[in-house]
Amino acid sequence: MDKSLTMPISGAAISGPAGSRLEAGPQGKRPRKVLSSRNVIVYGALGLAALYYLLPLYVMVVTSLKGMPEIRLGNIFSPPMEITFEPWVKAWAQACTGLNCDGLSRGFWNSVRITVPSVIVSIAIASVNGYALANWRFKGSEIFFTILIVGAFIPYQVMIYPIVIVLREMGLYGTLYGLILVHSIFGMPIQTLLFRNYFVSLPEELFKAARIDGAGFWQIYLRIMLPMSLPIFVVSMILQTTGIWNDFLFGVVFTRPDTYPMTVQLNNIVNSVQGVKEYNVNMAATLLTGAVPLIVYFVSGRLFVRGIAAGAVKG
Amino acid sequence: MLNNVSTRTQSSVSIRELSLSFGSVKVLENLNLDIHDGEFLVLLGSSGCGKSTLLNCIAGLLEPTEGQIFIKDKNVTWEEPKDRGIGMVFQSYALYPQMTVEKNLSFGLRVAKVPRDEIDRRVARASGILQIEPLLKRKPSELSGGQRQRVAIGRALVRDVDVFLFDEPLSNLDAKLRSELRVEIKRLHQALKNTMIYVTHDQIEALTLADRIAIMKSGVIQQLDDPVTIYNRPRNRFVAGFIGSPSMNFLKGELAEEGDHTVFKTNGVSFSLDGYDASEPLKPGRQVILGARPEHIKVDGDITGGEIHEAVVDIEEPMGADNLLWLKHAGHVMSVRIGGARRYAVGAKVRLAFDMSMASLFDAGTEERI
Repeated sequence: MDKSLTMPISGAAISGPAGSRLEAGPQGKRPRKVLSSRNVIVYGALGLAALYYLLPLYVMVVTSLKGMPEIRLGNIFSPPMEITFEPWVKAWAQACTGLNCDGLSRGFWNSVRITVPSVIVSIAIASVNGYALANWRFKGSEIFFTILIVGAFIPYQVMIYPIVIVLREMGLYGTLYGLILVHSIFGMPIQTLLFRNYFVSLPEELFKAARIDGAGFWQIYLRIMLPMSLPIFVVSMILQTTGIWNDFLFGVVFTRPDTYPMTVQLNNIVNSVQGVKEYNVNMAATLLTGAVPLIVYFVSGRLFVRGIAAGAVKG
Repeated sequence: MLNNVSTRTQSSVSIRELSLSFGSVKVLENLNLDIHDGEFLVLLGSSGCGKSTLLNCIAGLLEPTEGQIFIKDKNVTWEEPKDRGIGMVFQSYALYPQMTVEKNLSFGLRVAKVPRDEIDRRVARASGILQIEPLLKRKPSELSGGQRQRVAIGRALVRDVDVFLFDEPLSNLDAKLRSELRVEIKRLHQALKNTMIYVTHDQIEALTLADRIAIMKSGVIQQLDDPVTIYNRPRNRFVAGFIGSPSMNFLKGELAEEGDHTVFKTNGVSFSLDGYDASEPLKPGRQVILGARPEHIKVDGDITGGEIHEAVVDIEEPMGADNLLWLKHAGHVMSVRIGGARRYAVGAKVRLAFDMSMASLFDAGTEERI
């Protein structure tokens, strides 16, 4: 039996046995010019912006690897002729701040002892706050939330003196615990907002299903909500780690010289008015201080973007 | 609107004078509903009519402003959802994404600290009934929509409850799966004989599944009856228009007397109302709406009796099994359902007759059935 008889439509559509039905002219995917004006503008602008941000970093890195004689030549953009790690070692272990001459290492460990507990405490409390505000609407919860958000807009400086008095009365002034407490409280508004918006974006029916299954406040939080919230925890952790690590104001106000966080110590090294300005040591010290938030971001950056997107779509 | 007085021992779920408002918005108002033991009740209505709100009240997920809810003759108005003896299936499945199917099924039992072997027994039974045994080790993300909804039903099943609540369970599925699962839910009800309350906006689901349908509008139950009665004897114009696809034809006119017959007059044409089963005397001069379903208007060869009129074919819509004719007559355009094999040309003249025993008359003012 002739195939074209059983399939009249396709049979009629094919013009010849070998025939291609294509005509001369546009076909398939439309070609795009690589060097179109659009591409040049977009990539040009991106490239310029990247250069603008990377140039200072480049200067810092090369300066930190030069010896002082080479720096005095004044070519700040030239790569080091003789690479030396001496300034890094000095910044970490020997640079003097006040009476201590054990470098930034002391400040680094102080910062770790401040940041880790502050991040854990603030995230633990803020996530429960956010969960309660999102799923267990209670009388006055909206007002509570509003007050909390307003708190995020009050300048820190206004509250420093009262907090100093409160900490003194509590016997926590000058201790790491006092600073941890302050960081945890000041992180609360924005962290709670973050978690609330994320939990609001999770399907409400999941929460309802868990309630019908008999789970209570903590069981729903720990067994249903927590396992679904890794991205927002990562976002929160990055924001808090970066914020607390980079904090200078609270660090300088609420601690004593032997408990200064890294940022305060860096300032004391860089801004010391006595002796020779050791630019290479200063650069190395700055890079060391900035390394922690940078590493945290690079390690969990992908989750960060996911979490931000998840929280931003709804809520 | 309805006050179904029933004996207390018969009802599985009893809702008494229930009201719920969000601020100044009244979603449910003085609602009474008694659902019998083992009954499949469908709450039907368009979105925003309060049907899901009512279901959430029964589940205990929303607190009523006033009124009481009884389940199995126990006042559960203030009880927690888990203590009400209900299982619920949601539109979006609401499976816990990080747990396997097995863990999803057993979560409620584990929370309630049911012994391990009892959990295994119940999970095995539920997964056997729903034929989801091969899926037990999978995560919800690895399941298709139909499988997910089956697991969601299973989660209600393992709880060994008296009452099942379904909140538009099939609305997220495609048409083919929807009709398949619809049959399965019906089979499940026949096998389990539990009370089931099922919320939907899909009239086909309502008509096919329900023992009784409660049609809701603006928080009020418009009619509570079995599907056949709802379809054939709608209590008011809203119910008549809501149920049935293509929709019922509505003709505005008035009652009149011609000889010893009562007739329906519209645009100067009169239709004999012989055979119409009226619940009150048909007084001449009353403004009324005549409702007739497309299949209750007969054309040409289908006519078995009654008064014959002549109409003109306006549009023809062949739908495979059926053929829908839009006919012009007496200043109205009405749809008529005929067999799919019978075709008409546009403009052709046809004879038509109303089957008045299946028609509905509504008062033009109150829109209530006469």
